[in-house]
Amino acid sequence: MPGAVRPTVRIEAQDFDVAAEIAGLTKGRADIGAVVTFSGLCRDEQGALSALELEHYPGMAEAEIGRIAAEAIERWPLQGLTVIHRHGRIAPGENIVLVVAASAHRHAAFEAANFLMDYLKSRAPFWKKEHHADGSEGGWVEAKEADDEAASRWTTKPAD
Amino acid sequence: MATKLIYFAWVRERIGKPEEDVELPAGIETVADLLRWLKSRGEEYENALQFPDVIRVAINQEQVGHREKIAGAREIALFPPMTGG
Repeated sequence: MPGAVRPTVRIEAQDFDVAAEIAGLTKGRADIGAVVTFSGLCRDEQGALSALELEHYPGMAEAEIGRIAAEAIERWPLQGLTVIHRHGRIAPGENIVLVVAASAHRHAAFEAANFLMDYLKSRAPFWKKEHHADGSEGGWVEAKEADDEAASRWTTKPAD
Repeated sequence: MATKLIYFAWVRERIGKPEEDVELPAGIETVADLLRWLKSRGEEYENALQFPDVIRVAINQEQVGHREKIAGAREIALFPPMTGG
């Protein structure tokens, strides 16, 4: 029953343990056949970046990701869903975001994770500011049109 | 009734404060009206809201379009396009 799945959504400053999050979804269950995990990390842009600063809108970030997660659960037959987004200062190589989608079969898990990431990029209230390795002031990362396009492709229902 | 305005990212930096309570004058009915009025409040607002079309707005923590009515809004947030994920 898709309605029975409750997504786990966490917005936090501290790092997460990818393996522990997967285990948290699958432990003690025999009905899950597929787990798709996406984790987004901070790049150093060929050494140019010393950190990313992630600003967020407390309250709305949780609410918006909750709405996106609920939509994914409605669209695909998922058996579990975890979304974690970090905020604050994040160094190159560190985790920023995690999506774990569990389902009986791989198709739903792949699609749901993809959907979640496309929507997180353009709808979750987070903003990235760059800190340069040479100490100069970095700017705010500009939103990419490609991200909006990626999100808009989900507005037509997927073929089964 | 005072309305709480909250700013994020470069909108916050340019306006120079994270939030403020304002008394909206009569005639400010939509998000577009609000942006136009705010822009007239000083150089820092003019600077932040120079291109109102790019400003995203959330009323009571839910994103809305610029034609949305703001009556009854407790909290209105102004920010640039999101860059999370």
